[in-house]
Amino acid sequence: MQNKDIKRLSLILLFAPFALWIILLIMLPHIGMVILSLKEKVAPRVYQYSFANYLEFINEPIYWNTLLRTGSMSLLVTALALLIGFPIAYYIAKIAGPRSRGGLFLLCLIPLWVSDLIRAFGWILLLRETGVISNFLLWTGLVGAPVEFLYNDVAVIIGLTYTVILFMIVPLVSTLDGMDNSMIEAGYNLGGNGFTVLRRIIIPYAMPGIVAGCIVTFMLTAGSYLTPILLGGKNSSWFTEQIYNQFITRFNWEGGAAFGMLLLLFTSLVIWLGLKLSGQTLANTVAKS
Amino acid sequence: MLAQNKTTPFLIGYRLYVIAFFIFLAAPLISAGAFAFNDSLFPALPWQGFTLDWFFGDTEPKLGMFHDRRLLQGLYYSFVIAIFVAALSVFVGTTNAFLFVRGEFPGKNFFYILMVVPLVIPGVILGISILVLASDTANLFEDRFDLELEFLRPGLLLVVLGQFSFIATITSLVITARLKKFDDTMEEAAFNLGASRARVLRTITLPFLRPAMIAAGIVAFLVSFENFNTTLFLVGSEAPLTITMYDRMAKVGSTPVLNAVSFFLMVGSGLLALLSIVVQRDKSSG
Repeated sequence: MQNKDIKRLSLILLFAPFALWIILLIMLPHIGMVILSLKEKVAPRVYQYSFANYLEFINEPIYWNTLLRTGSMSLLVTALALLIGFPIAYYIAKIAGPRSRGGLFLLCLIPLWVSDLIRAFGWILLLRETGVISNFLLWTGLVGAPVEFLYNDVAVIIGLTYTVILFMIVPLVSTLDGMDNSMIEAGYNLGGNGFTVLRRIIIPYAMPGIVAGCIVTFMLTAGSYLTPILLGGKNSSWFTEQIYNQFITRFNWEGGAAFGMLLLLFTSLVIWLGLKLSGQTLANTVAKS
Repeated sequence: MLAQNKTTPFLIGYRLYVIAFFIFLAAPLISAGAFAFNDSLFPALPWQGFTLDWFFGDTEPKLGMFHDRRLLQGLYYSFVIAIFVAALSVFVGTTNAFLFVRGEFPGKNFFYILMVVPLVIPGVILGISILVLASDTANLFEDRFDLELEFLRPGLLLVVLGQFSFIATITSLVITARLKKFDDTMEEAAFNLGASRARVLRTITLPFLRPAMIAAGIVAFLVSFENFNTTLFLVGSEAPLTITMYDRMAKVGSTPVLNAVSFFLMVGSGLLALLSIVVQRDKSSG
């Protein structure tokens, strides 16, 4: 009753939505963007193919400085998220009792369900000159006048780390959760101290989770728009802001498309390097979490 | 930091660290929500007393969110967009799950990676690339055939497609994970009892997938509701709530009505998230 034709037909029917989605919404748009980024406006409504948009990026230090700044700050945020998040994930997966574990994990997820905008808004209310922290410091007498904590790099880094840390913790918890406690005990029984066990047993085991978390974290940070702009103010110089300016403010779609490609190439390069260095693949990291 | 039987001072310190972390997590959310109830024109200290005006007030300057037409409109558009995105994403997620769990075809691993890729493309890029393709297509039709394809200009359809382009990956992963756990013998038993393919699908396989489909739908709804980066480039005149709120925040300066919206959204998405967990929990027993 299950003959081959039916199988082929159902395979084609199942493949159709997938193909439509990937081709129409992912592949063709990106091809279109590459083509657009290679066009140069020589006269109104007249275009020719050239690398002019990319050359402009290279010749204008403010552009590539912004990209480098976005990249390095994203790496810093990723590292911070890993450093802060790993002990939390370990606590949830291995130290907390079975009853509190689920609750803690849920608590971790709560900010995930709140949009970037509200999270950034919350930080604004805390950090600004008339904000909660400044008022608190005034009240304790530690400072004599209101302090502005907003509109600087530290505020951006705090806000970004806050926004992405959950995407680090979730894959870490699910990998560490699958780890057998006896592996850790064996490490101690063989004479390892806490640090050796961490370095030789736990971290290698958690590697797929670490890499997955870092990839998603880095990608989200480098591609973020709201947090750097709202917390960093006008001079946050984040690369996505440049893309927005080219597209919407200056209506220079060719330049914007080139910038988009550069951001995509840059993030892909970093992710590829991360996968190569850690010996992981996209399929066994991101796809699993 | 790793042994369960280590000295207690270390464990106490570790616990304090965990507590500090959760305070860090909660602080901005509490401040965003709490000022909704402050009887002041600015979302800031000092505390001026409790009020519900920022929800229900019907006169300026304390116009509450339920009387603010633009915010309500944004809420409505966000809702419509999220419903369409969720429905579309769950449908494609389900077909993808069957494709990758049941299907055997050349290049399967390659296509599987292709399915995951949208999740690692920055949202801004998805937005502009879809904007570029849609505009190119619309311009082409306009120039060649003198046809104005209004739906390819920034607007609701493009927002739905833009959000769907990466949310479909999330739903696919959730539903695929569930289908992998399916016990094939259940279907075989049904076939042996003489059931048709369609009937087996309807009475056995889909009910098994239902918890994952509902949970994936809720996640898709929430992710769509919160999305900003992709939406920013595709939005037309029908601005969803995140865009409306951002405009207020960046241009007008904020009044506690934004806190009221934040509070409303936090409670709403919290309830939905809880619902998705309850639904997912059922699956372990069923």
